[in-house]
Amino acid sequence: MALRTEPFALNIGPAHPSTHGVFRMRATLDGEVIVDLEPVFGYLHRGVEKLAEQRTYTGIIPLTDRLDYLASMSNNMAYCMAVEKLTEIKVPERALYLRVILSELQRIASHLVATGAFLNDCGAFMTPILYMLREREKILDLLEMVSGQRLTYNYMRIGGVSQDVPAEFMPALQKFMAQMPRFIGEYEQLLKENEVLIARSRGVGILSKEMAINSGASGPVLRASGVQWDLRKADPYAIYERFEFDIPTGEMGDSYDRYRVRIEEMRQSLRIIEQAVKQIPDGPVKAEVPHLFHPPRGEVYVHIEAPKGELGFYVVSDNSITPYRFHVRAPSLINLTALREMLIGWKIADAIIIFGSIDICMGEVDR
Amino acid sequence: MTIALSGKEIADKIAEKFPGSIIDSNQSYFVVKSESLLPVAMYLKDTPDYDFKYLNYVTAVDFHDRFEAVYQMTSLERNHSIVMKTTCPRDNPVLPSVVGLWKTADYQEREIYDLMGIRFEGHPNMRRIVLWDGFPGHPLRKDFNGA
Amino acid sequence: MEVGPVHRQVYSEIEIDRAEGAAIEALKARSVQPIRDPDRWLDEELKKNILLTSVDAVINWARSNSLWPVVCFPACCAFEFITTAASRFDISRFGMEIIRASPRQSDLMITAGTLTWKMAPNVRRIYDQMPEPKWVIAMGACAISGGIFASADYAVVPGYNRIIPVDVYVPGCPPRPEALLYGIQMLQKKIKKESIRKRQ
Repeated sequence: MALRTEPFALNIGPAHPSTHGVFRMRATLDGEVIVDLEPVFGYLHRGVEKLAEQRTYTGIIPLTDRLDYLASMSNNMAYCMAVEKLTEIKVPERALYLRVILSELQRIASHLVATGAFLNDCGAFMTPILYMLREREKILDLLEMVSGQRLTYNYMRIGGVSQDVPAEFMPALQKFMAQMPRFIGEYEQLLKENEVLIARSRGVGILSKEMAINSGASGPVLRASGVQWDLRKADPYAIYERFEFDIPTGEMGDSYDRYRVRIEEMRQSLRIIEQAVKQIPDGPVKAEVPHLFHPPRGEVYVHIEAPKGELGFYVVSDNSITPYRFHVRAPSLINLTALREMLIGWKIADAIIIFGSIDICMGEVDR
Repeated sequence: MTIALSGKEIADKIAEKFPGSIIDSNQSYFVVKSESLLPVAMYLKDTPDYDFKYLNYVTAVDFHDRFEAVYQMTSLERNHSIVMKTTCPRDNPVLPSVVGLWKTADYQEREIYDLMGIRFEGHPNMRRIVLWDGFPGHPLRKDFNGA
Repeated sequence: MEVGPVHRQVYSEIEIDRAEGAAIEALKARSVQPIRDPDRWLDEELKKNILLTSVDAVINWARSNSLWPVVCFPACCAFEFITTAASRFDISRFGMEIIRASPRQSDLMITAGTLTWKMAPNVRRIYDQMPEPKWVIAMGACAISGGIFASADYAVVPGYNRIIPVDVYVPGCPPRPEALLYGIQMLQKKIKKESIRKRQ
């Protein structure tokens, strides 16, 4: 006797412990296999683009902090670079080096959370994420020394950074960098050949190269599918061309590759910070910029390699003290475009893993 | 270094192939008529010299007399990029959708419909995405007074 | 409203979205005034002078030292809450390390993030599903008053107390883990002053 099944609808609702924020998926299941999936978001739409039209250019910097709240330094940097390109302000050398050091520290912190949450979803209930949050606390201490805040720093300014680092920052940074490779090695030793991790994520949620490019994926998601595209090498900004580092890529585009790419990127970030610390000069950290300044009429789009992908800001100015139009090219939103294709045919438990491996942040998706 | 191609040169080449489609062009971008948006986009994507297979973003700006949609495309192989714009009138804002060419535009066009009110023809799922069904108005328009 | 669904679904997404939109507009129309903060513990002490019995003392001690929070993590404050639960600012020493996904098994809602009108019916539903006694801590500036996003009033609710009654407000953007722990201690003091006889 053949077994007759009927598809039914399941709502993986906005308040869910594994969905990395308020994200809703309406799934149609046949047994446990996903037949169709519809992502629904907008539960955190805070109107950032509309609010920015009423704030001065410097006053938008705290708003950009809260977009991808796990990588605030990168958001600040991209926005300040956009306005600097529009007004052609020259940023001092020391500020550029500080921006690179802090962005790479922020990249390590963001990837720690991403891999910790991914392993949490894989089933290792709390151990990896607690270990990774322990390292992240050390990075947050360094960033708190510099800016006074633990999560939303508001540190970069148009024309540089807001203040110089205190005297105890560099020795603390050296101490952190001496310890960190050992911790990454510890994670690798416990997790790289782990049978459960490989069984749950090898070959799961494959994103092919053509699909990745057509869906506009960027960041670790694109690189894990085999495309060698990193904005720090392809379109270098803010003195990245002075440093030597590799770009880790994957082969298959499955969840395991995305996890490996993030671990390797942490190592490369440490390499960049080491070189930057050796080369950093003394000098001013902020160019002279008037507080209420009028950029010339025009528009600009600047993108950087944020931890989640290509983060870009499109600013249109009409020569007044507030921008005319402010748009954020959010990597998390665009990486989600291929979610439906990646999930159809897999089971519900795999859906959580694939979704976790893309690593999104709802503050960016909804803005 | 990603080279930003000159809008004027590309506009001249496109005007040869699709006469009458270019409204304006300068060093940074070029503007096409909304009727010729799809053929021009297909030409830019499929010609091997240009090879613009990666769409960075789609966004829209509300100038008080018209809407403008902005597209930036990049070629990952050749490492060059171009900015293309198109306009539509403010009282009946309809534009063709590029979802068939680049799937990236899926959520971005829905968001532009939600927040600005521009409908994209040919989009398979033209519904609100960040605001709820039944929300009155389109918030990013310049004449939206807040609810 | 527009083009019909083209996927292989067994439900009608247009109907579901329309129902959700109607629920949001109805909730928005009902929530014009903020809900009064629960302050009946003040009334009892000052006006009625009721002494707590030893049964009350034991029950309040048990309740305040084993509060189980429910998952309600919209935005950035969620990350400060997660680091409070991590090993450095251990929330487990207050008995709260079990963060329950199911509201039926929890008694504290720490609202960590901005509330939007789209999310509001879901938060109200989670609050309604929690069994009595239950408490709410509003964490962060966005939870108290809408915070930095308050001017986008087309989408942002100006504070959780429009939708649910709030017991303790913890300011900050985001509040430091130490601030959140201080707020939790204030809530524990408040719980110890309640009496099971007068609970509404």
